[in-house]
Amino acid sequence: MRRARAAGASQAEVSASVSTGLSVNVRLGEVETVERNRDRGFGLTVYFGQRKGNASTADLKPASIDATIGQACAIARYTEPDPCAGLADADRMASDFPDLDLWHPWQLDVDRAIEIGREVEAAGREDKRIENSEGASVQCGDALGVYANSHGFIGRERGTHHSISCSLIAGSGDAMQRDGWYEYVRNPAQFPEFAGIGRTAAKRAVARLDARRLSTRECPVLFAPEVARSLLGHLVSAVSGGSLYRRASFLLDHVGQPVLPGFVDLLEQPLLRGGHASTAFDAEGVATHASALVAGGVLQRYLLGSYSARKLGLQSTGNAGGLHNLIVPPGSVDGAKHDFEELLRRMGSGLVVTELLGQGVSIVTGDYSRGAAGFWVESGEIDHPVQEITIAGNLRDIFMDVQAIGTDVDPRSSVLTGSILIGKMTIGGE
Amino acid sequence: MDSPLVLAERNLLAPGGLSVPDLEKVFSRVMAPSIDAADLYFQHSRSESWMLEDGIVRDGSHSIEQGVGVRAIAGDKTGFAYSDDIVLPQLLEAAGAARAIAQSGNGAGRPLAVRDNHALYPADDPIDGLDSAAKIALLRELDALARSLDPRIKQVMVSLAATHDSVLVAAADGTLCADVRPLTRVNVRVIAEDGGRREAGYAGGGGRCAYRELVDSGRAHGWAREAVRQALVNLDAVDAPAGTMDVVLGPGWPGVLLHEAIGHGLEGDFNRKGASAFAGRMGDKVAAEGVTVVDDGTLPGRRGSLSVDDEGTATHCTTLIENGRLVGYMQDKHNARLMGMAPTGNGRRESFAHLPMPRMTNTYMLAGERDPAEIIASVERGLYAVNFGGGQVDITNGKFVFSANEAYLIEHGRVTRPVKGATLIGSGPDVLTRVTMVGNDLKLDEGVGVCGKDGQSVPVGVGMPTTKVTGMTIGGTAA
Repeated sequence: MRRARAAGASQAEVSASVSTGLSVNVRLGEVETVERNRDRGFGLTVYFGQRKGNASTADLKPASIDATIGQACAIARYTEPDPCAGLADADRMASDFPDLDLWHPWQLDVDRAIEIGREVEAAGREDKRIENSEGASVQCGDALGVYANSHGFIGRERGTHHSISCSLIAGSGDAMQRDGWYEYVRNPAQFPEFAGIGRTAAKRAVARLDARRLSTRECPVLFAPEVARSLLGHLVSAVSGGSLYRRASFLLDHVGQPVLPGFVDLLEQPLLRGGHASTAFDAEGVATHASALVAGGVLQRYLLGSYSARKLGLQSTGNAGGLHNLIVPPGSVDGAKHDFEELLRRMGSGLVVTELLGQGVSIVTGDYSRGAAGFWVESGEIDHPVQEITIAGNLRDIFMDVQAIGTDVDPRSSVLTGSILIGKMTIGGE
Repeated sequence: MDSPLVLAERNLLAPGGLSVPDLEKVFSRVMAPSIDAADLYFQHSRSESWMLEDGIVRDGSHSIEQGVGVRAIAGDKTGFAYSDDIVLPQLLEAAGAARAIAQSGNGAGRPLAVRDNHALYPADDPIDGLDSAAKIALLRELDALARSLDPRIKQVMVSLAATHDSVLVAAADGTLCADVRPLTRVNVRVIAEDGGRREAGYAGGGGRCAYRELVDSGRAHGWAREAVRQALVNLDAVDAPAGTMDVVLGPGWPGVLLHEAIGHGLEGDFNRKGASAFAGRMGDKVAAEGVTVVDDGTLPGRRGSLSVDDEGTATHCTTLIENGRLVGYMQDKHNARLMGMAPTGNGRRESFAHLPMPRMTNTYMLAGERDPAEIIASVERGLYAVNFGGGQVDITNGKFVFSANEAYLIEHGRVTRPVKGATLIGSGPDVLTRVTMVGNDLKLDEGVGVCGKDGQSVPVGVGMPTTKVTGMTIGGTAA
């Protein structure tokens, strides 16, 4: 940063990171791949007044870093003055760095990883209907990062993430169905029994055998937790600064307006201990705080970094780089709280979606149309698996039509939601 | 101009004090009696991007990535490690980690022998090919053009991006070759507003060529016009139908259907493992008479083309489906060896830090004989889909989707109203059997494709002529 300032930059920010990991895949009981990774990165942004330049390198030798500074400055000579450009305001920098319990290295060697992978896959293959496997994967990783800017802010972060996954194939020939399961944790002590991951993968693949299509219809749709979070992800995109100042969102000017039914709260908790996206400062050094994104169904605020905040004439919400954990309390339009089985009964007849395909979502218009697979539910019970159908609607209507959010929260993501029941969507099929 | 190998040695090996004989030293470290294959992949990649929005060229970035990946293969086991430091000690350390999958012992690779390749694109660095002031001027020009076309255009975002990628592949089978790969791209995205309704339009393209080529050919300006046209069409779009009907796919980018529906399912790895819906179906009829689909990495200057793949195999034009019959898979060296087939030049990787696997290059259907107008006229009620976003496939059950972002209703043989974007879903082994008419207007896409597989992204191309598919499922909301 001193060198950037010496080159004439009025402001500068620097980030550097290093991550290491091991990844082992086992298939049909044999090791398939062993990968070791170590990635490093260094990035710099300089501001010459309101002109901005960026450069990055994976080569951290002093000469390369010097060259990178030179490149960032060269770019800033050509970009044009942008009144909204610059670091986040100095008085917003984080000064408190609590331990968020994010660092739990896993002392995993290759032999142990192979052993775990074999155990997971073997447990899944005990089911005779599992005829083939795409294998089990065991991964551990850690990352260190530093972000500093010319306000004098220096933030350090470190975290670990580990995963175990398994993907199995039930049936053969034209009847083949594949599904899988995974666990994703910061602390290896949080892994459930390894064999259970393989058994869940097998159960899911077998449950899809003899899947059928549905006729075109309108019906209630229950998003299982592993896909429900994608719905909330679309809401997050639509209230993110970049979509708003580009006028590329179906939720423009919606602060203070209902976007979900009154029973729904969405709470951002950046300081959640052990959370997948926990941090005390955002990508610009701005201190993060717990606060509601949606309260009583009403949108409370947007998700802004300093640039989009200035574009909109607002203040940064500490969301440069994104959302830092979203808590989704369970509930329903009549106040009842349900687990997954109860949600099936509440739905009566309808579609449970366990997999979504494709990217048919427009944040500009809210139009939503995606491929889906899951189960048809009759009288509150799973009747048969379905595939090769689409589900469609407009996100504005879909969000207002949320009937219930389950207690079956999926802990594997930074969006902590249970299943979401939508009153009615259009199914495209036969 | 120096050969790619001379350039690559100079850029990749020399800075760390390495030479070709050192690479043979590394193989003597990697090879053991139980190791069947090993390779080194050196890469230096320089990228830039420039972005204009709200009338201001507000951001630019430059990045450099480099490193070497070391792979050792024993049977169907693969060991892999990489280093971002291209010097001998780090290289030997990575080699030691990669060969940890094998029993100990000593061996050696074959002596490295240089292979020259027919270059499909110039080795020049596209970043330096146009000076910064000219790039800024181009961004401003495209912005002004888009805004001038219609007062309903409220937002314009234009970006330029280029990469200059040098790779050197050395393998224990004696392969030694290099490739210097330019890649450029121009994107235009606009938002149109009319009476509270808001729609986006997007167009772009590029290839393994200089920026200059995109500009002088008029293509860059064409994309600005195209983005505006699309946004305005969408302002008038009505809800798309839900259910099953006949679909006419326009020429060019709708070829993404082939990529999703059959391309992935014909990649060697999925078939070796028996995980693909196409496994064991070689020789079977999987498409209608008259349908021929190829994967062709040899088209000069195309986004999906490579002079050599990332394992040093020259790219091919591989016929996948010939007149309706399944005749070929796409292979990398590893899967080809295990399946007793020949590599097809489809071994690709995102970077030195990723393992190669069988990937597509440019995948397209050959032209038929029908007049496109005749194809549309043959449809009583259906969908005419001319532009798509991305797609996805479940390899195992063959179900695939792709999402239209510009489509029209066909009523009584005539294209009528535009409809909103909708996802189309089908089954890979089945969909091409429903092709009933193939147009004479084969077109390749503009050069925007990115294919993702196992977390790795690589640039690809697609193409097709106007094609009629009967009975596809459309995911709209209208009855």
